[in-house]
Amino acid sequence: MINLSIRALSELLQQKQISIQELCGVYHDRCQSFNVNTNALISICAELSAAELLQAQQQLDAGELLAGVPLVHKDLFCTQGIKTTCGSNMLADFKPPYDATAVTQLAAAGMVNLGKANMDEFAMGSSNEHSAFGVVKNPWDSQRVPGGSSGGSAAAVAARMVPVATGTDTGGSIRQPAAFCGITGIKPSYGRVSRHGMVAFASSLDQAGVLAVSADDCGLVLSQMCGHDPLDSTSLKTSTWQWDKPKDSNMQGLRVGVPHAWIDALQDEGIKNKTTEAIEYFKQQGASIIDIELPHADLAVSAYYVLAPAECSSNLSRFDGVRFGHQTNAAENLEALYRKSRSEGFGEEVKKRIMIGAWALSAGYYDAYYLKAQKVRRLISEDFNKAFESVDVIASPVSPELPFKLGEKADGVSMYEADKFTIPASLAGLPCLSMPIGFTAGLPVGLQLIGRYFDEQNILALADKYQLDHDHHMQIPEAFL
Amino acid sequence: MSIWDRWEMVIGLEIHVRLATNSKLFSGMKASYGASPNSQVSFLDAGLPGTLPVINQKALEYAIRFGLAVDAEIPPVTVFARKNYFYPDLPKGYQISQMDDPIVGKGHIVIKTDEGEKTVEITRAHLEEDAGKSIHDKYDRYSAIDLNRAGTPLIEVVSEPQMSNAKEAVAYMREIYTRVTHLGICDGNLQEGSFRCDANVSVRPKGQKELGTRAEIKNLNSFRFIEKAINHEAKRQIKLLEAGEKIIQETRLYDADKDQTRSMRSKENANDYRYFPDPDQLPIAITDAMIEAQREHLPEFPEQKIQRYINVLKVKADDAAIIANDIQMAAFFEAADAQSKADADLNAKFLLGEFSALLNAKGESITTSKIDVVSYAGLLDVVAAGGISRKVAKTVLEDMWDSGEAAAAIIKAKGLGQISDSSALNELINQVIADNPSQVADYRAGNEKMFNYFIGQIMKKTKGQANPVQTKQLLEELLNE
Repeated sequence: MINLSIRALSELLQQKQISIQELCGVYHDRCQSFNVNTNALISICAELSAAELLQAQQQLDAGELLAGVPLVHKDLFCTQGIKTTCGSNMLADFKPPYDATAVTQLAAAGMVNLGKANMDEFAMGSSNEHSAFGVVKNPWDSQRVPGGSSGGSAAAVAARMVPVATGTDTGGSIRQPAAFCGITGIKPSYGRVSRHGMVAFASSLDQAGVLAVSADDCGLVLSQMCGHDPLDSTSLKTSTWQWDKPKDSNMQGLRVGVPHAWIDALQDEGIKNKTTEAIEYFKQQGASIIDIELPHADLAVSAYYVLAPAECSSNLSRFDGVRFGHQTNAAENLEALYRKSRSEGFGEEVKKRIMIGAWALSAGYYDAYYLKAQKVRRLISEDFNKAFESVDVIASPVSPELPFKLGEKADGVSMYEADKFTIPASLAGLPCLSMPIGFTAGLPVGLQLIGRYFDEQNILALADKYQLDHDHHMQIPEAFL
Repeated sequence: MSIWDRWEMVIGLEIHVRLATNSKLFSGMKASYGASPNSQVSFLDAGLPGTLPVINQKALEYAIRFGLAVDAEIPPVTVFARKNYFYPDLPKGYQISQMDDPIVGKGHIVIKTDEGEKTVEITRAHLEEDAGKSIHDKYDRYSAIDLNRAGTPLIEVVSEPQMSNAKEAVAYMREIYTRVTHLGICDGNLQEGSFRCDANVSVRPKGQKELGTRAEIKNLNSFRFIEKAINHEAKRQIKLLEAGEKIIQETRLYDADKDQTRSMRSKENANDYRYFPDPDQLPIAITDAMIEAQREHLPEFPEQKIQRYINVLKVKADDAAIIANDIQMAAFFEAADAQSKADADLNAKFLLGEFSALLNAKGESITTSKIDVVSYAGLLDVVAAGGISRKVAKTVLEDMWDSGEAAAAIIKAKGLGQISDSSALNELINQVIADNPSQVADYRAGNEKMFNYFIGQIMKKTKGQANPVQTKQLLEELLNE
């Protein structure tokens, strides 16, 4: 049962072969027993909420497909009365007085929250090693990282502790851990899902998304999260969307763009082979493969590591120890209250990025860094616009490397470089996903699909067609069977 | 020789106008003044993580309306920016303000100076949220924070440095005050800080083109203090310069009790606010339709009113100016004019004379008057039709105040109406003639002074209620028969 699709689980529930309590109970048990090995969750709900179960039953009776399906939320989605730590000591005991819009929407459909997923502190990191609540271990190899920042969400789905988890993606934080953990993950277009109640890292880039076993599951859950939210000025009026699952795997007429320069530059032969095989499959199914260029993509990492820290340096100013969050008990004056509360509350990576960002915005450097990075961002968007004149979908690697060993990357910059394939689409605000395309050296490999703005349908449809003929996404690490 | 023969002042003002919207600039929370501390604070106002700003359309409209009232350009796109600094009454760690694309561009107003009319250019006006309030003197070991004011909407109106003495600065400030209060976008309450100003003051030797180093005097909220503060500051600077010292660019505070300014912080210690566009909000398009809709709300300003009162309503120039410059009095005057058949000139005289005297005596204002405009207009009609004299009207007015009755009812009940019935007057006059044969003979013999004797007799009999014009006319007729 733990490897069933959402549609199959829903059918079991509808036919009363299993109750919501039983289904959620199975996953709740798995959360508790497997969290010891993975550390994927920061909190596990002690018991299922009666109100959520009642809502789930009502929605199930009304025919809602997602009703009764359990999930966990990345621990930066505010959940009323439930600890929302953002993986930080700063918010170790923070219980928000309200629910994020995405949380509310999924609860309204009858999904049942089992807990909160571990993450890199304030979503800053690509390995989940920067969590105040300990590293998450990759279910495929406990010596290796699950990716980040939504590493807890990805590991929880890979270990089938839940069938689906929410995540957020700023520069690759859904796609890279999905690839590292052998599952499917989608970051929708910027403006598709409300950011209200999502603790901000970099506001102009952050998007909520879904990590699940299959593209179909991702599409079903994402449809429920979409829609305009009057509480978020960047959520678009036209953001309602409904996933339409394709009937077969025919790809006739589809134009798939491939930035061959990216693939040629891959050092890892295993990743290169798997990527080439997947693209070859698209061709066999009738898609035309078109070589594309994204001339400014090389600048993406540099631009991103100016813009995202700049925004985070400001977004994280509210954590000052005055009203909520960690407050030092050794402040002799106001400045010391700020300095000590923040020094004690934030981890190293967060401090580093706040400093980079504050510097990039400071007088005398703003034009050279922040404004220049904004220009690069526009150029990258234009590269994509140009590419999408001749292709419908872009396929590329997700990460230039396989899941690396815990503690292997002490150097921050080499960690940042690993985001080079995911960052360009983030800067352009485009929908993109990662899907499993096989294993090399016993570790999963992902393929990134990037769509036109607001065209989640085409990338999910392509992934779904691929998954009709492949079962890489159905693989479960032996320890979690 | 006065110092002003050698030196001249250069003054620029930044005026903060609190917009009279019902709710705050971004949170939808009520924005009324004087509520109990921290009773008007939303999650956003408290800076809770995950909350997002959504612009108050009314505030945008008010700002546009202000722009139109000072003949300013309204740019097609406006952008909010973050001003970053730490202070406990600034919950987010940044203030949402505007930098590069303010809602109101270049404009100007005309002020009256001793040398005649002068145009003062307005550099810009931008929207921003106010901070909360820090209270340092209420508790022994603690400072208290009241966030009711946090997030209330302001426009900051920045002038060019074009005022050359304190009187001009006050005239400019008054003119802006008149505009915003007549526009209905500000309640104009100086004590509550609804209208306050920072003055940039510098001095230079007369005839020099180059500007001197300026000091900024913060938070002036009275027309009297601003004049004194500017004069004091200019003299302080001149004294320093004449002693061969230099002016330091700094922020100063004016102490009204001591009539002096003191340094708050120098430029070296000034914050680097690290302004950048607020990534939580998209640029806002200001359409022609939005601008035209606000143009319809533009009121008649005092200068226009005065001209209309004089030329159309035939009110005396002095009276017109007094009424037009008082927004409440002008509204009352115009409403009474619409209600009553009396000449506007009588309305103006009575309003500034008898009615204002009564308000003064009662210690009330026109907005708290117990006599409403309808009752007032009713009394005017009786006076205009000759029903009572203005002298009697004064006592009727007092009765109206005390009893709340209408003028006509009081006049009838107390028998105060003038006798204008010609047959009744005829009878009365004939009686007086019959009673005074010798005086009649005297008059008819040529002693015209006796005429007033008969008038006196008639007024005595009628207790002053005989219509004087009619009485005079009838008496002449009957005596000369």
